[in-house]
Amino acid sequence: MTYQFQFGAVFARAELLIDGFLLTLQLTVLTGLIGLILGLSCAVIRTYGPRPARMAVATYVEIFRNTPFLVQLFLIFFGIPEIGKTFGLRWLPSPYMAGLAALSVNIGAYATEIIRAGLQSVHRSQVEAAESLGLTRWQVIRYVILPPALRNVYPALSSEFILLMLGTSVVSVISVEELTGTANLIQSETYRTFETYALIWVIYFALALVLKGILDAIAARFIGRQKPPPAAAGAAHA
Amino acid sequence: MSALAVSGVSKRFGSLQVLRDINLSLEKGQMLALIGRSGSGKSTLLRCMNGLERIDAGHITIGGHALSYAPAALRRLRQDVGIVFQAYNLFPHLTVGRNIMLAPRLVLRWPSARAEARAREVLATVGLSEKFDAYPNQLSGGQQQRVAIARSLAMAPQVMLFDEVTSALDPELTGEVLITMENLARSGMTMVLVTHEMSFARSIAHIVAFMHDGRIHEIAPAKDLFARPRTEELRRFLSSTL
Ligand SMILES: Nc1ncnc2c1ncn2[C@@H]1O[C@H](COP(=O)(O)OP(=O)(O)OP(=O)(O)O)[C@@H](O)[C@H]1O
Ligand SMILES: [Mg+2]
Repeated sequence: MTYQFQFGAVFARAELLIDGFLLTLQLTVLTGLIGLILGLSCAVIRTYGPRPARMAVATYVEIFRNTPFLVQLFLIFFGIPEIGKTFGLRWLPSPYMAGLAALSVNIGAYATEIIRAGLQSVHRSQVEAAESLGLTRWQVIRYVILPPALRNVYPALSSEFILLMLGTSVVSVISVEELTGTANLIQSETYRTFETYALIWVIYFALALVLKGILDAIAARFIGRQKPPPAAAGAAHA
Repeated sequence: MSALAVSGVSKRFGSLQVLRDINLSLEKGQMLALIGRSGSGKSTLLRCMNGLERIDAGHITIGGHALSYAPAALRRLRQDVGIVFQAYNLFPHLTVGRNIMLAPRLVLRWPSARAEARAREVLATVGLSEKFDAYPNQLSGGQQQRVAIARSLAMAPQVMLFDEVTSALDPELTGEVLITMENLARSGMTMVLVTHEMSFARSIAHIVAFMHDGRIHEIAPAKDLFARPRTEELRRFLSSTL
């Protein structure tokens, strides 16, 4: 007897899948934004901050980059209520909040390292030129260092963002009902395991392609304009 | 009152004594050229004048400010002391216009329209009006250096410092930058320049200082210094640069 593919039972739960898809999208966008803000702040502190702050950020970054995400997730989900209890707090994070927090601090650590590399790619002479014009430290960072730094690391940041989207599937293990979480539910109800996972596999792939398209379009729109292609530079000489 | 007064300035990098008891003064509207062999401390002395390097001993007064390293005081000094570097150091992500407008907007807090008018004005004085919207990498080296000069001029400094601003340029492009500096000198700007362009120093500078081993080895009006070097070191340096 050969296996009969039956997607009908899976498609019958399309509404559930759509909810899961939307939650994946929401987790991705929110985590991406929080992670970016966290990464930006931490990279600036790690590079230009006072020594104790630099050490604190370095510790954060190394801890989260050198431990498994799944374990970080469990620690946050199960550990925070325990820590809260010892301080007399009765607070339970929802799976969604715990997932969002774990993803954000994890991606924040990676974003910090990427952006820090960008800050270091801006030559010291740029800083001297800006300081010599009377700009404050903060103005130099904000207007002279950050724009080219972010431009330099944009490709690395955008592939990190795609990895983050794929990584959101891990939070299904604490029963967040994002795309993978809903797939787990559907396959346990329908016993159509292969069909269910094949379907979300295609959805993840499509979403990754779409996100990459959007990120590339942003790059073409904002970064392409800042840095004209060498051909244009050559023409201007003539 | 002199526009620049340097007294008893010393500076070391680790165990290397780079400046030894430097004394100088320059009147408003004059040009001082610093010449000397590689490693004699010319750039370091220039960079000390706007606080890019810290001095270990001595005093510097420039453009009406006594050099101090308190951040706010240093920023006020730098508003009145422009510096132009060998490598131009334009901001690559900003157009020429925005490179020039940045400091007037952020430091002088001028509204955009006023900063733009000023940028167009200084760009015209370096002969690059049509490059307002170009990016630095669309310009030749000589044009980039003239933009860098314009960027400093936009702050209406009292004194301008130049560190070998033509050394990175192809020979055919040095002329346009030297002419720009000559015009600036004629307009009455007080200028200090580190240069290897001996004929420029000789014909345009008022005072020339020959640095040797971290000291001002000889200092004199340009004509005298080149015509009658008093020390063997300067004689040898001049004959080696011919
Ligand atoms: N940041 C630094 N750290 C350590 N040593 C330095 C530093 N900057 C300069 N020096 C040293 O100080 C000495 C003087 O350097 P400086 O750049 O002032 O020379 P210069 O006269 O400008 O030479 P050049 O004609 O090659 O530009 C040199 O021996 C140089 O190696
Ligand atoms: Mg030098």
